[in-house]
Amino acid sequence: MSTHKLKKVFVETLGLGAQVDWNGLRYRRVEQWDSVAHMYLVGEIEQVFDVMLETQDVLAMDSFAAATNILARHGVNFD
Amino acid sequence: MTDLLGLVGKVALVTGSTRGIGWRTAELLAAHGATVVVNGSRDEGAVETRVKELTACYGTAAFGVVCDAAQPEQVRAAYQRVFKAYGRLDVLVNNAGVLQDALVGMVSDELVEHSFRVNTFGAVHHLQAAARLMRRRGEGSIINLSSIIGTHGNAGQIVYSSTKAALLGLTRSAAKELAPHGIRVNAVAPGFIDTDMTRALPTDVFESRAASIAMGRVGSPDDVARAILFFASGLAGYVTGQVLGVDGGMIV
Repeated sequence: MSTHKLKKVFVETLGLGAQVDWNGLRYRRVEQWDSVAHMYLVGEIEQVFDVMLETQDVLAMDSFAAATNILARHGVNFD
Repeated sequence: MTDLLGLVGKVALVTGSTRGIGWRTAELLAAHGATVVVNGSRDEGAVETRVKELTACYGTAAFGVVCDAAQPEQVRAAYQRVFKAYGRLDVLVNNAGVLQDALVGMVSDELVEHSFRVNTFGAVHHLQAAARLMRRRGEGSIINLSSIIGTHGNAGQIVYSSTKAALLGLTRSAAKELAPHGIRVNAVAPGFIDTDMTRALPTDVFESRAASIAMGRVGSPDDVARAILFFASGLAGYVTGQVLGVDGGMIV
């Protein structure tokens, strides 16, 4: 459930197409995911999951897997 | 009656608010309906006492967080507490600061380090965290306490003036970056204000500085707090990136 929610945030915020390579998706490696989009992504993730991320989290969130791990640390359940 | 200030129900964090300008600002914000997060760097008892005073005098909710602006971890933890308690922040007053004069040849590394950690880096850490909470609602007001010494400089104060001048750059840059998110960032530059900090100066220094004020009196914490209240309020809803001198016409 949380994974689906997180993917939806990524797709909608970054404007990703129908086919997403979730393992290959990296910050600044795809055109849509620049620093401005990153801050929107962070803001949206905070809203959807009702968490407040730390600055280190924002800097470390450079992939979908990293986002999952960071949210898990903030108590979001990905089981 | 029209609520011009629009502060009722807002949550405001004032750093260094157990005394002086910070405390008077906390009082004014509470008096106009804001929930105030009182902050001190170490003294938990002083923070709790001020929280009780605000609740008793103004009937608004208040909350206390002890965190040293010079310690980023403590600042981050404080914002997590605010987030858990209220889920929002509408106003940040970056007031916490230290003042220690030293002539150019007598400035120690420790003085530079400590002054920048509290006055400048602390303000950056608070602004970062506050902006994150404010973005959620698409509005907010951040007020940085600079100084006439930061805008004009003064002999014997190279470190203090540098730390306060840096806040002007912080204010103007953050104002531009955060404006699209509805967050306003402004600065107040007080002149010579009657606080514990200035009362700690030698009497002759205090008197000579007081004599340089065109309005003929030393400023009060209330004079500065009113300017902060303006920036915090809806009255300044279209004002961002500005520096307001509150100095009674003081010449430095």
